Amino acid sequence: MNTNKSLPHPKPPSKLKHYLTAAIVILLLWGSSVQTEATMGELIEGFPNMFDLLAEMFPPKWTYFDNIVGAMLETIRMALIGTTIGAILAIPVALLSASNITKSWWLRHPVRFVLNLIRTIPDLLLAAIFVAIVGIGPLPGTMALAVFSLGLIAKLSYEALESIDRGPLEAMTAVGAGSLQRIWYAVIPQIQAHFMSFTLYTFEINVRAAAVLGLVGAGGIGHYYEITLGFLEYDKTCVIILFTLGIVLLIDYSSTKLREKLL
Amino acid sequence: MIELRNVTKLYPNGTKGLNQINLTFGEGEFIVIVGLSGAGKSTLLRSINRLHDISEGDILIDGKSITSAKGRQLRLIRRNIGMIFQSFNLVKRSSVLRNVLAGRVGYHSTLRTMTGRFPERDMNLAFEALNRVNIIEKAYSRADELSGGQQQRVAIARVLAQEAKIILADEPVASLDPLTTKQVMDDLKKINLELGITTIVNLHYVDLARQYATRIVGLRGGQVVYDGPVAEATDEIFAEIYGRPIEEDELLGARRA
Repeated sequence: MNTNKSLPHPKPPSKLKHYLTAAIVILLLWGSSVQTEATMGELIEGFPNMFDLLAEMFPPKWTYFDNIVGAMLETIRMALIGTTIGAILAIPVALLSASNITKSWWLRHPVRFVLNLIRTIPDLLLAAIFVAIVGIGPLPGTMALAVFSLGLIAKLSYEALESIDRGPLEAMTAVGAGSLQRIWYAVIPQIQAHFMSFTLYTFEINVRAAAVLGLVGAGGIGHYYEITLGFLEYDKTCVIILFTLGIVLLIDYSSTKLREKLL
Repeated sequence: MIELRNVTKLYPNGTKGLNQINLTFGEGEFIVIVGLSGAGKSTLLRSINRLHDISEGDILIDGKSITSAKGRQLRLIRRNIGMIFQSFNLVKRSSVLRNVLAGRVGYHSTLRTMTGRFPERDMNLAFEALNRVNIIEKAYSRADELSGGQQQRVAIARVLAQEAKIILADEPVASLDPLTTKQVMDDLKKINLELGITTIVNLHYVDLARQYATRIVGLRGGQVVYDGPVAEATDEIFAEIYGRPIEEDELLGARRA
């Protein structure tokens, strides 16, 4: 090709915005470290301590395993029940939040507002609240996970709902179907697999979350972290960490495989 | 019988989608509506089963006004009007059979349809419908495993299972190749002749319109500019409907060559 040297190139846009962004980010980082009194020196100084702790963790005290199997199973049960309850509650909430299903602004936006509110509360705080209400044990943990799951699944589902093919909905209207029939025949089949996938994904997250809920007295394996750390029995803590890691990896792996098959 | 009386459709931006339309469609007719895109073909068709609301006038289906019908009354009128869409509008993840049975939900209570237990007669109707469009062996396949032409035939089967007395087809062959176009149009014609179902089809291709219609309605700028038997719709008439001589892409035959 013949390059035309005299062709004037259009002026590239100014890079000033990028430089300014970088400067602001650096300023924020620097400011945060000053405010929290975190310095590089402290990190380097503290480094040997980490190895001390690791050294105390090994060898892990494998006999402790028998003590925590029950608590681990409780953790998984909490996640399972919490996710299931949350998923069921999420169905009507998601339908009410989706603009292509619920046409009324006055119905949709309050529901969405509550949904956003739920999602801003961290699960540990939710657990602490439920512990205050119903007392210590796996029940408040399960309730916290249910509320957390509701927030997450409903949010993901209503976004998926809003992107469904509206053709079948139109076809069901033309057939003379009522509003519930339209949802049942045109919406649910389109969203089913996504919903299952979101629920499994939330279950993965819940198993991880349930592992620490015990810290606030909401049942599960987390309680044993607190005990062993409190008594400085790091060899026992190590067993709990390894066990949790194993279980979480196993559940993540199988759930990911399942979700791949679903979609 | 379908009667449109002084039907006008005004869009919120002020444009007139339909302008003072007066038409009467008799039982068993095969009407093809032609016109440029934007002439109001789709709006007209969707007004008949009230997927679109009209601004003025009245539309009567067998003497009952669909314009003023509400709730259950509206659903009962719609139950008698089947619709076929350009993009088929099947639930792709559902089986062919379930898509066809979806045509039956207007006949049952919400609770009954949600359990998915359709009466024997409905199952027979569904299989009969699939048989009529020659895809009964695909009944348990997922809809998205089928080709475009087969999917449109499932949509036709849905309308048949619905026991519709009127079929509205909005550009039913626009996303199909010439060969499957012929199959789908043949199916529609066969159903029209054998079951006497009034059929109204929007078409882009002039030669297809000529081949299948008994009556042609020409729309231009939301107004009826031609309404008459197919034999009288000459090239000059089509040129008038389109506002210019017929072009190559308005002939399916030309595209195939």
